[in-house]
Amino acid sequence: MVPLSYYLALSAILFCLGVAGFIFKQDIITVFISIELMLNGVNLAFVAFSHALRQIDGNIFVFFVMVVAAAEAAVGLAIIIAVMRNRNTLDVDQMTKLRD
Amino acid sequence: MQLTLFLIFAVLAVAGAINLLIQRHPIYSALSLVAVMFALAVEYLILGAEFIAFIQVIVYAGAIMVLFVFVIMVLNAGEVAPAPKSRVAAWIGLPVLALFAILVIGQVYGAFGATQLGLGEYLVQTGPVGNSLFHDFLLPFEVTSVLFLVGVLGAVVLAARQDKAPKPAIAQAEAEEPKAMAAGQR
Repeated sequence: MVPLSYYLALSAILFCLGVAGFIFKQDIITVFISIELMLNGVNLAFVAFSHALRQIDGNIFVFFVMVVAAAEAAVGLAIIIAVMRNRNTLDVDQMTKLRD
Repeated sequence: MQLTLFLIFAVLAVAGAINLLIQRHPIYSALSLVAVMFALAVEYLILGAEFIAFIQVIVYAGAIMVLFVFVIMVLNAGEVAPAPKSRVAAWIGLPVLALFAILVIGQVYGAFGATQLGLGEYLVQTGPVGNSLFHDFLLPFEVTSVLFLVGVLGAVVLAARQDKAPKPAIAQAEAEEPKAMAAGQR
């Protein structure tokens, strides 16, 4: 038997590590990977609650999160390719066109 | 036994996530995320979510991460040089983030500490998931297909070459090729 709180704690730790990566990493691809890590942390909480409440809806929500993550990855990576082609850098600190 | 299994893969997932942060090269970060995803797939299996576990491996670790690795290799992405900026953000941000995590975990422990999840108590097989998906969630499922269509179009438009410069170069190369072949034959 594993307490539900252990799963939620693991979920929170993964989410916070994803936030840390999103804020502190300089590489735009790693920032994008950190977003995927946050989504994974949330998915674990969904599945844990689905098990605890004996409801299948948590599993369905995880399915939809994965679908949206797939679409987001396709569009996001296309944006990264466009940025790399136009600015020739992957450093988020140098992408300041809107600020300048 | 279930707790041991949970702890092994929880440690693996957290270690992978920390490694994702430590590594400077994006390809190592991507591979760390694949390790996290496999560890989480085992957690889903422990929770009885068979369908999600296999989707996690096939779609997430298989398709999405391959796309990431593919783009990293296409762009030949390397390490980004660390910018000479102040470390104040790290000195304040990391403790605040750690405090946030501790607060969330404390709340969760207080609210759900008594709930125990047993192995195999609630098994979600693929059949019920499909049933629910095509009855209760039919409209979101259909909207998803529109989302994918828009996503594909957006990806093609964004990643397509806007400038026309390389096209004459290719045409030139093609035009020169027969000449070179002819020269070779001579």
